[in-house]
Amino acid sequence: MVYEILVGDKASGKAGGKTDGKPYRLELGKVGDRWECRLDGRTVDVDAIIPRPDVLSLLIDGRAYEIKREQTATDLHLWVGSARFAVELRDPRSLRSRQKSAGDEKGPRKILAPMPGRVVRLLVAENSEVEAGQGIVVVEAMKMQNEIKSPKKGIVKKISATAGAAVNPGDVLAIVE
Amino acid sequence: MFKKILVANRGEIAVRVIRACREMGISTVAVYSDVDRAALHVRESDEAYHIGPAPAAESYLRIDRILDVAKRSGAEAIHPGYGFLSENPKFARGCADAGVKFIGPTPHSMNLMGSKTSARQQMEKAGIPFVPGTSRGLASAAEGEQVAERVGYPVMLKAAAGGGGKGMRLVHTRQELRSALESAQSEAQRSFGDSEVYVEKAIVNPRHIEMQVLADEHGNTVWLGERECSIQRRHQKVLEEAPSPIVDPDMRRRMGEVAVKVAQAANYTNAGTIEFLVDQQKNFYFLEMNTRLQVEHPVTELTTGLDLVHLQIRIAAGEKLPFVQSDIAIRGHAIECRIYAEDPDNNYFPSPGKITLLLEPSGPGIRRDSGMYEGWSVPMDYDPLLAKLIGYGSDRPQAIMRLERALDEYFVAGIKTNISLFQRILGDADFRAGKLDTGYLDRLSAKTTPAAASLSPDEIKELEKIAAIAAGMFAVLAPSSSANQNGNAASDSAIPAASSSNWKQKGRSEALR
Repeated sequence: MVYEILVGDKASGKAGGKTDGKPYRLELGKVGDRWECRLDGRTVDVDAIIPRPDVLSLLIDGRAYEIKREQTATDLHLWVGSARFAVELRDPRSLRSRQKSAGDEKGPRKILAPMPGRVVRLLVAENSEVEAGQGIVVVEAMKMQNEIKSPKKGIVKKISATAGAAVNPGDVLAIVE
Repeated sequence: MFKKILVANRGEIAVRVIRACREMGISTVAVYSDVDRAALHVRESDEAYHIGPAPAAESYLRIDRILDVAKRSGAEAIHPGYGFLSENPKFARGCADAGVKFIGPTPHSMNLMGSKTSARQQMEKAGIPFVPGTSRGLASAAEGEQVAERVGYPVMLKAAAGGGGKGMRLVHTRQELRSALESAQSEAQRSFGDSEVYVEKAIVNPRHIEMQVLADEHGNTVWLGERECSIQRRHQKVLEEAPSPIVDPDMRRRMGEVAVKVAQAANYTNAGTIEFLVDQQKNFYFLEMNTRLQVEHPVTELTTGLDLVHLQIRIAAGEKLPFVQSDIAIRGHAIECRIYAEDPDNNYFPSPGKITLLLEPSGPGIRRDSGMYEGWSVPMDYDPLLAKLIGYGSDRPQAIMRLERALDEYFVAGIKTNISLFQRILGDADFRAGKLDTGYLDRLSAKTTPAAASLSPDEIKELEKIAAIAAGMFAVLAPSSSANQNGNAASDSAIPAASSSNWKQKGRSEALR
């Protein structure tokens, strides 16, 4: 198995490259009941078990780490201690992931509901132009209203949210192209 | 003693009361709304009855339905918890009329303390120190200006029926007073249906310290020590501790004696809390009385060794207090963190949703009162309080150490919580020095140093590598997160490369090109 892995910082919440902008290259091969692990070409001695779902116990050169996995509607986060990293994992052989990595800013982007709630109102109409960061819909949860913003500048291709409707996390609210 | 008690609440406090009942051999009746069928309090109680749709006004605030459940189930008493109907004199009256014992004060005491002006009038008669100002609603802006001249600016305008910061205005100069009064009155009218507004001297950056009292129905009233509640955000308490870092035994005794006087002036029975504002010279002023069990009661329980819910139930059953004032001793130090479903990185926005992973702390000196569990969906309809984590130690530094350790063990995935905020507070130099007032949290937020910033760039780089290795190991050992299996995750992530075909298919079907 070969993966390209983008690890982002806690602040942005988005997966990004290393300081040099490149993804980590991780090679994993099964040898007996152990995994042989090479990170950017360097062999690392890793012992890994999953003691319970979404929890990984790693022993690396005798040092113990507990990593927790959180899959949200939009991102994959891994927690190492109390530090959270946004992580994106790619199989370099897969065409789709290469396309995706190339066109992050181009092409249509889905705007997803980040939490369960009720759509209070729509702030833009279909086919209108929006700036990055401009509010698209307002979703209410726990008596507070949250403006869901456009991730990019573009045209609102489609609005699937309707005022008054309940939404679940991951539901597509609108598409901006 | 009662054989059966109805708990007219939800969440962690309902579970807390149910546990006390079980300890005392009393059977319990829970009530729940449409969205709370799977809530922990329903699972933990002996009986449970549906009382309506999700909005509280149609379920947890419906006096008729709750009294109907009491009648149907044969409950002899009702514990109201905090919030909802706990300070509603109509509910207490309704219980009395229905022949069910309300575990709390009489409707008369509640009425007296419910209005801030009538409470001030009562305190004036009893000779209790309160913040200088009027104890009646202002008849005109001219009267407000006169009083403000007398007590000195800045002054605070407050709604008599107020709470939660509504109908409150800080006024710095005479010029601002008239328009501030008008807007406070109209906000009070809109929020509480009562436009009465009074004026008092504004105490700048006060501490908020409160005193717990207990009174039985035989005329015995005792105080159980103070709680420091200065760490607040938008008038909402976030962290409380007992004892207060600035209260010495003499001040504690003086505050306690005033609190007992307040309770006696209101003919108060059961558990209650007297809130004080404390200025920089440690003068304390009566602010208001909360006629219920408080969210933060556990810090008093840990430092006195008493169980306040047991005592509430015993008092309501007509028993005498089993101790006198001189038996009460304060021992050690306790700090409570209120774990809310909210996002500290996004302006504390509420974060309901499904809890996909929950790792909970325990061990020496740790108490956890919780209403959540892994797999449960936090509904979007109520207060975002999920749980309370309380640390106890023989002194304040040890309580802090234990809490920091426990917060490191605490992990909630699927929703956002404010756990990281407490890691910041507990590590902050001002907090450790006990330098607290109601402006503390705003000042802390202004220091833009998130918890992870304590790591050096090299350390972060090391952790990044660990995260990269972990991402690969997760992919080969357990490709699908439990959150994905529940079908509520989007397919935009590139994880499908290593995961099941089911997942890939969902990804393709949702792909836009």
